[in-house]
Amino acid sequence: MAVGAEKLVGTLRKPREETGLWSWLTTVDHKRIGILYLATGFAFFLMGAVEALLIRLQLARPGGGVLSAQTYNQVLTMHGTTMIFLAAMPLIAGFFNYMMPILIGARDVAFPRMNALSYWLFLAGGIILNSSWFLGGAPAAGWFNYANLSGPQFSPGRGIDFYLLGLQVSGIGTLVSAINFIVTILNLRAPGMRLMDMPPFAWATLFTSAIILFALPPFTAGMILLMFDRWFGTGFFVPSAGGDVVLWQHLFWIFGHPEVYILALPAYGIISEVIPTFSRKPFFGYTSMVIALTAISGLSFLVWVHHMFTVGLGPWVNTLFAITTKAISVPTGILMFNWIATMWGGDLRFTTALHYAVGFLVVFTIGGLSGIVNATSALNPQLQDTYWVVGHFHYVAIGGVLFSLLAGLCYWWPKITGRLLDERLGRRSFWLVFIGFNLIFFPFHILGVLGMPRRIYTYAPELGLSVWNAVATAGAFVMGTGILLLAYNLVTSLVRGQPAGADPWDGRTLEWSIPSPPPVYNFARLPLVRGRDAFWLEKRSGGGTMQPAPEEEHGHAGGGHGKGGHGHAIHMPSPSYMPAVVALGLTVASYGGIFRSLLVALIGLAILAFGIFGWIFEDDSGYLLELEEDVA
Amino acid sequence: MTIGSAARPLREAVTPHRAPAPLENVKFGFWLFLASECLFFASLVGTYLALHGRSLTGPFPQDVFNIPLTTVSSFVLLTSSLTMVLAVAAIQHGDVAAMKRWLAVTAFLGLVFLGFQAYEFTEFVHEGLTLRTNVFGASFYTLTGFHGAHVAIGVIWLVTLLLHALRGGITRDKATAVEVAGLYWHFVDVVWIVIFTVVYLLEFAR
Repeated sequence: MAVGAEKLVGTLRKPREETGLWSWLTTVDHKRIGILYLATGFAFFLMGAVEALLIRLQLARPGGGVLSAQTYNQVLTMHGTTMIFLAAMPLIAGFFNYMMPILIGARDVAFPRMNALSYWLFLAGGIILNSSWFLGGAPAAGWFNYANLSGPQFSPGRGIDFYLLGLQVSGIGTLVSAINFIVTILNLRAPGMRLMDMPPFAWATLFTSAIILFALPPFTAGMILLMFDRWFGTGFFVPSAGGDVVLWQHLFWIFGHPEVYILALPAYGIISEVIPTFSRKPFFGYTSMVIALTAISGLSFLVWVHHMFTVGLGPWVNTLFAITTKAISVPTGILMFNWIATMWGGDLRFTTALHYAVGFLVVFTIGGLSGIVNATSALNPQLQDTYWVVGHFHYVAIGGVLFSLLAGLCYWWPKITGRLLDERLGRRSFWLVFIGFNLIFFPFHILGVLGMPRRIYTYAPELGLSVWNAVATAGAFVMGTGILLLAYNLVTSLVRGQPAGADPWDGRTLEWSIPSPPPVYNFARLPLVRGRDAFWLEKRSGGGTMQPAPEEEHGHAGGGHGKGGHGHAIHMPSPSYMPAVVALGLTVASYGGIFRSLLVALIGLAILAFGIFGWIFEDDSGYLLELEEDVA
Repeated sequence: MTIGSAARPLREAVTPHRAPAPLENVKFGFWLFLASECLFFASLVGTYLALHGRSLTGPFPQDVFNIPLTTVSSFVLLTSSLTMVLAVAAIQHGDVAAMKRWLAVTAFLGLVFLGFQAYEFTEFVHEGLTLRTNVFGASFYTLTGFHGAHVAIGVIWLVTLLLHALRGGITRDKATAVEVAGLYWHFVDVVWIVIFTVVYLLEFAR
């Protein structure tokens, strides 16, 4: 069997193209994978945004007729699922992939091929989920997919199957990615970089990955149980068979609440990079930031029941989880003070990136405060499942994730593309996004207090909800215009943006010490890190440039790639088809599951086995990249 | 204009060489994977316990469990952990022949365990317990089935290693490949200890 696999692999072997489609299909370069994540994530973000506009159009007037009730449920479900799993997480992963290895002075991640696999699995999951529109209807049970609404009795179509398999496939990729980043951060930091020298974004990546590692498996288990209910007629979530619908809620929210921090911690990390750079000050209270991130990561696992205050678990349980929930506001508050104190007395440059960062501070604080209100378990039954809650989590999710991602995008765009963005255009689009956002979601709190339930597809005119809904819809178009302006800015920057140079912002961290865009090996010579804010330190009190680490450090791209090179040759991992083949196998197998076709499933598993054995027996010795002598 | 960092001295006495990673990448990554697997199995065990005693119709656990039989199969699986240790120790000493022998024995013991499980499942189905009979059947087959699937993957892994070794592909400097397989195998055994205790033995402990 092994021999056969090795022969088969030979037919596909040696992907060596450096440009074109094949090079992207086989790439194991963390920067290219980062670009793939960012581009795909942005595409899914636009899809989620169109779904949001459809929702707002439907609710603009009482008795709206844009969408039917069933279509509305589908659009609502896909909006939430897409934004969280196919836009926010991949965009975050894009920054992890592109920036984090450079920030810690590494040439690659620990497992380059695994990294490629993560991307292809995410893409596969996204395709599976969205193909549901054309292959029998999208899921319609909400992004939380509550059983037994999502069970065979109440969701007899295939929609939920697309949800379950799409998210499981992309979930494997997320898990692999988390493992990869933890090992990369702990094992591959540049010589001299202690943990407490790491840029905040690297800390955020580390903690995010740790949360993913422990939060995702319960959700996977829950999805498998639901799959069994749907395929084999087990009764895990069927009360008439002795099953328990609340079990799904537990399994989902044990994942679902840490998920909030999977999205929020990277946001904190990006903001912690942007604010010091444009304040021209070191990060204030670095140690307290690390402690706060640790506390948030731990507490994130102790709060899930606050999503279930109205289930009836009893006052003691509710009180306990109300307290743990509110406890999270303490470390989050510490971070907030870190950022404000970093700006305090700083030499502020109000670039577009800093606009988004400050916008984040404002909006995220409002979201945090409305969260404290939700977490008051005595008040919660009044607000549960109203637009107040919708307003709260959009203030946290968009305020936190989107604003910080846009801050990061404007901040790192020159590094990734080598071109500057138009700052004037950037600031204009910021104000459109900021004003539009508040126009949409601030009224949601009022609507919630007035009693508008979430998830309804229409409402009667005499309920007094019409004005604020109209305002919110108008805001959606303002914000949408801002996003379009941003996209225009990105595209024109690529075509005719000013060249950025290596260090356009007078940056602090290692990515600004290498050319824009960075070469495939990142660092011609691995840098010697001599303290926190490594590059800034060298510019202010060192030689002005990074010193190279001693000679024997050369030759290690990524980990596990064997011997070092000689002279100025850098050892690089080989490109590979196998990650894409493995993802293809899982995709085909998933369609077999969705359409209950054993044959298709077996074909998928055969492709999967080919991919795995091909991977194992593939020639992975990498190659040596010769550098000019004077590059360093 | 600049505050802070400019006044801070460079840390000169950095260790110029990268300190050797305490745990090499592959092993470290695999430990992390196993950590997440713990949460996966914990969720399935939790589900089993949450639904315990809620089945509306029989057969119930006490009607079908055959403790002496499962004790024997558990013993077989635990023994395979010992033989796996011997295989890892052999390759660490460069003794490829002994490693092949112990890998073969480990894979064989894994197959025996799977045989016991197949027999057990068949018996239970004969006694009227299927996935859809009641929530005991659903949660029991799901939990033990996923464990069995892990054992099966482990057996395939061991056989692959063995074939690779037979073609001379595994030498002392490839010991990590065997060690990682060993980590997986021990993990699967540990999970079985939990399942055997929580699912089988505690049923008769009151």
